[in-house]
Amino acid sequence: MWGLFVQIFPYVIAYTIPMLITSLGGLYSERSGVSNLGLEGLMLSGYFATAFFIKLTENIMPHGICIVMGLLAGIICGMLFALLHAFASINLKADQTISGTAINMLAAAVTVYAARMITGSGNIPILMGIVRNDIPVISKIPVVGPLFFARSYWSSWLALGIWAFSWWLLYSTSFGLRLRACGEHPSAVESAGINVYAMRYFGVLMSGALSGLGGGIMLVTYSGEFNGSVAGLGFLAIAAMIFGQWKPLGILGATFFFGFFTTLANVSQVIPALGSVPTVIFKIFPYVVTLIALVFSSKHMSAPAADGVPY
Amino acid sequence: MDSNYVIEMLHIRKEFPGIIANDDITLQIKEGEIHAILGENGAGKSTLMSILFGLYRPDRGTIKVRGQEVTIKNPNDATRLGIGMVHQHFQLVHNFTVTENIILGKEDGFILHRKEAALKIKKLSEKYGLNIAPDMKIEDISVGMQQRVEILKMLYRDANILIFDEPTAVLTPQEIDDLMQIMRNLVKEGKSIILITHKLNEIKAAADRCTVIRRGKMIDVVDVASTSMQDMAAMMVGRPVSFKVDKAQAQPGRPVLELKNLCVMNTKNVPGVKNFNLTVHAGEIVGIAGVDGNGQSELVEAITGLVPVQSGQIIINGTDAAHLTIRRRNELGLGHIPEDRQKRGIVPIESISDNIAIKEFYRPPFSRYGILDDGYMRRYAQNVVDHFDVRSGEGIKSPAGKLSGGNQQKMIVGREIAMNPELLIAVQPTRGLDVGAIEYIHKQIVAHRDKGNAVLLVSLELDEIFNLSDRIAVISGGELMNIVYTSETNEHAVGLMMAGVRQQEVR
Amino acid sequence: MADKIKEEHKSSPFLIAFSAVILGLLAGGILMAVIGENPFAAYGFMFKGSLMNMERIGNSLATAMTLLFTGLAFAFAYKTGLFNIGCSGQMLVGGLMATIVAHYVFLPRPLYLIILILSAIAGGAAWAAIPGYLKAKFNVHEVVSTIMMNWIAYWSIYYFIPAYLKGPSLETESSSIVVSQSLRTSWLSNIFTGSEYVNNSIFIAVAAIILIQYLLSRTTLGFSLKAVGANKSCAEYAGINVNRSIVLSMTISGALAGLAGLSYYTGYSLNMQIGVMPSQGFDGIAVALLGASTPVGVLLASIFFGILQSGKGFMNAMTSVPPEIADTIISVIIYFTATSILFEKLWNGFFHKIHEKQEEKAAAADKQTQEAQ
Repeated sequence: MWGLFVQIFPYVIAYTIPMLITSLGGLYSERSGVSNLGLEGLMLSGYFATAFFIKLTENIMPHGICIVMGLLAGIICGMLFALLHAFASINLKADQTISGTAINMLAAAVTVYAARMITGSGNIPILMGIVRNDIPVISKIPVVGPLFFARSYWSSWLALGIWAFSWWLLYSTSFGLRLRACGEHPSAVESAGINVYAMRYFGVLMSGALSGLGGGIMLVTYSGEFNGSVAGLGFLAIAAMIFGQWKPLGILGATFFFGFFTTLANVSQVIPALGSVPTVIFKIFPYVVTLIALVFSSKHMSAPAADGVPY
Repeated sequence: MDSNYVIEMLHIRKEFPGIIANDDITLQIKEGEIHAILGENGAGKSTLMSILFGLYRPDRGTIKVRGQEVTIKNPNDATRLGIGMVHQHFQLVHNFTVTENIILGKEDGFILHRKEAALKIKKLSEKYGLNIAPDMKIEDISVGMQQRVEILKMLYRDANILIFDEPTAVLTPQEIDDLMQIMRNLVKEGKSIILITHKLNEIKAAADRCTVIRRGKMIDVVDVASTSMQDMAAMMVGRPVSFKVDKAQAQPGRPVLELKNLCVMNTKNVPGVKNFNLTVHAGEIVGIAGVDGNGQSELVEAITGLVPVQSGQIIINGTDAAHLTIRRRNELGLGHIPEDRQKRGIVPIESISDNIAIKEFYRPPFSRYGILDDGYMRRYAQNVVDHFDVRSGEGIKSPAGKLSGGNQQKMIVGREIAMNPELLIAVQPTRGLDVGAIEYIHKQIVAHRDKGNAVLLVSLELDEIFNLSDRIAVISGGELMNIVYTSETNEHAVGLMMAGVRQQEVR
Repeated sequence: MADKIKEEHKSSPFLIAFSAVILGLLAGGILMAVIGENPFAAYGFMFKGSLMNMERIGNSLATAMTLLFTGLAFAFAYKTGLFNIGCSGQMLVGGLMATIVAHYVFLPRPLYLIILILSAIAGGAAWAAIPGYLKAKFNVHEVVSTIMMNWIAYWSIYYFIPAYLKGPSLETESSSIVVSQSLRTSWLSNIFTGSEYVNNSIFIAVAAIILIQYLLSRTTLGFSLKAVGANKSCAEYAGINVNRSIVLSMTISGALAGLAGLSYYTGYSLNMQIGVMPSQGFDGIAVALLGASTPVGVLLASIFFGILQSGKGFMNAMTSVPPEIADTIISVIIYFTATSILFEKLWNGFFHKIHEKQEEKAAAADKQTQEAQ
């Protein structure tokens, strides 16, 4: 049993990290007061851009640089799509739910359209992603070692670093204080002489950057191929944000919770112990779990007070 | 006398689509004075001050600070010039602490130093006699303390000219006295104060001079000590004003509303209303006086069915309605003029006609077998609009959201009274309205009483309570402090009760 | 005077829709040009592909009908304050119910059709009622919950069909229903000279539009649902049962999406494919928004999108433009309908300038006549 757990745990981490970083992106946006349902599309755009870049350069650049630049491409692409949402929501005071949905649909269409240009089929496989490594020394620590530090991707540590930094930024700096205030009481912020629009642009662009990064990380860790869809992962990230009550620590817990069950679903076929349960149960399990989690966490929502309300 | 003026706003003009908010207004504030700006709701006082604070730019006119002409493009500019504003609706983030709210925008560096800031704030508050608790969250402190936080925000930024926008709307009489004292302290320390208000007795109590504004125009600048309240009122409204409603003696009949041991929980899951007992009779107006946040909202929401009752009875016309649906209570004879007309009272995008029908559309003669009778709805709505003087751009087709605040309120009052409810609950029925609309609505409420109906009035304005009520029930901390006949009490006594001081029952 | 002009020439929903469509087609044209194709030629093929002859018109119409139902579904929920992004899942479930009935229920045609239609309605309605209930009771955001339901439906069907409705040849298809059990009729197919896809859902669609329009504007049910959508707090205050309204709105919306499944899986096509999330569920959002969420607007918008979707295959065959161009154009249109304020300002400014010019001319003419006197 334990062996099974240790076996799948690295997969759990790999699966959770893209969700975590995307959910973190959503946090920036919603904390600044702009609801962002377009995380799915933003993630997809990063997924595509990273694949696109790596495909074009994997034979000419050294592997490590190729991956890093690819992730950067994902970040930029995410930010570009997020710009559309920011402009519509902040300057034009559009309905943020519709704008977010439009981003999802636009990303889904444009990325496949562009992918067809390179490969004709719409899928972009890459030759090699990040190679997993055992971190020297610490991966030998009993129990914790093999669980967290063996066969790990460096991108996971990057993501966790960004998460920790974000926690510090939001709660220990004046910038974070102002950003959070924009999502609670924008007119108070305005009276204090701070530009609410600029803060909200930051929040939305961050959500694009981090979601794009999430899509890119997904590609270079466990996916290996752009296939036109992130299968609802962006929405799971939103659900995790709600379940985590819009707090960094809550999001960490929530994404790992969802990630654990989703991984279980994905690996169920290869693990004999779980073979007797019909596959369909595993496939729908993550979505059902999400629904149940939402039931428990939506009643007393501590969403930022001005979230989703155009200012 | 130019060098004596710390602030001059000269020939200010500000226009919004469809309305001239400020029409050639000149305002001159002397250093070290408390200067009141008197005007009805909608006269243009808040707009003028928003210009001074940098939230709007004037279309024409100049602003001088200590003789120097300045341009104030945003609140930062105003703050740099030493101008600070305590807003009517507090600009405070509810789940941040007092300290965080005060330092927002003036954090002294990238990294937050909450402890150091809290100490600085505590010292500042002691200097001016403003009692606050730096580490508490705004949502957990009293309204009076919230206001002091707003004042501290200004002092933290070294403001010398302090603007108070309708500061006493949410305070008890005692807290108002405290505020007046705070203002005098500030003036002693060399500050100048601009007080925006429509309350004459407070101007008389605190201000040195007063600028009267009516419909966007400056009427006069008077010396407060030598001008009577009657004269100031007449200048504010443009005609002689009587503040008393012509009211016949009440003829109370049978009980229409009986509250027995009513207990209601509030949104924080603590008791909001505790063991409340009250009877309202046909043909009388009972006013509930109390400081905002002492249980009036929960009381009204429980009676009208918007929140559940923890225990106790709500008897309307002999039936215990405590567990009945809102619709059922309406059918029993309940009418409700809600506290927040934008949130509860109207559906902004729907027509006046639909808004007026919203409580009765489901039954004849408004509809039959599930099909609406458009013709009837239109005729009924037109009737209400004519009777209650609701003015709109396109008649009953107009979306309710396009009406002015006064007309929206008249529509709501009209809708409720037209149903002829035996129990009318009116909460803040004249908030934000000009004197003309206030007089009108007061008349309607009294007329409704005179038809033999019961009225429960909840208001934060003691004037309104004293003007309309036959009896006054005081609520404090969710409990009924006392019920008195209006004729047998005064504002001071009621103010004490509002603050929680029990007295012997004088029924 | 200026204000009055603004009221009279306020941009109508039609102008906004028109502007959004133009911009969408423009964006599509740019994307076509980027890959080296001539946009005008490509669009030409697209419209030819959908309108060239009666057969193709019939096919376009059939495509449009599915979009009409999902558009109506989204529009109905939207008008009553809810975002039903779950039309794809509701369509799948409704379609599944209809397919099962088509395989196992054999009755005289009129009775059979009634049962077929009801089964699709029941499937879609039930699938939407769940998120509706979760929203009403637990305040669960319906966008997230309906998308979860989409995926649950997707995977359930993925395994259900090969297990119980397996087609003879492909693993990924259900076994086809007999044409006589479908919504296709020979006389319709004859009118549209051999169109393979045209079917009776046209009549069901028209009936649905009339019904929904009547429901929303003339009934007490429609009145309550619209009030809850427009201002929940006021509706509650007025005595309307808000929770019941939310569930009812979603249920009716789901029923309409279920009809989309009926139209698509037992009319347009004769079987169900697994592993495909029907895009019509999302296209319905575009249809609804373009049609300003009114039944008639939805009708017109669905025909337009039907033309787009129906012609993209032909265009792809005749040029190298990928069929995803249609989805791209559609999502750009959605984006611009969300940002409609931009158009309102533009059109208002445009009309205002025209009016100003007219006033100037009139003033100048007056001056001339005065000077002449």
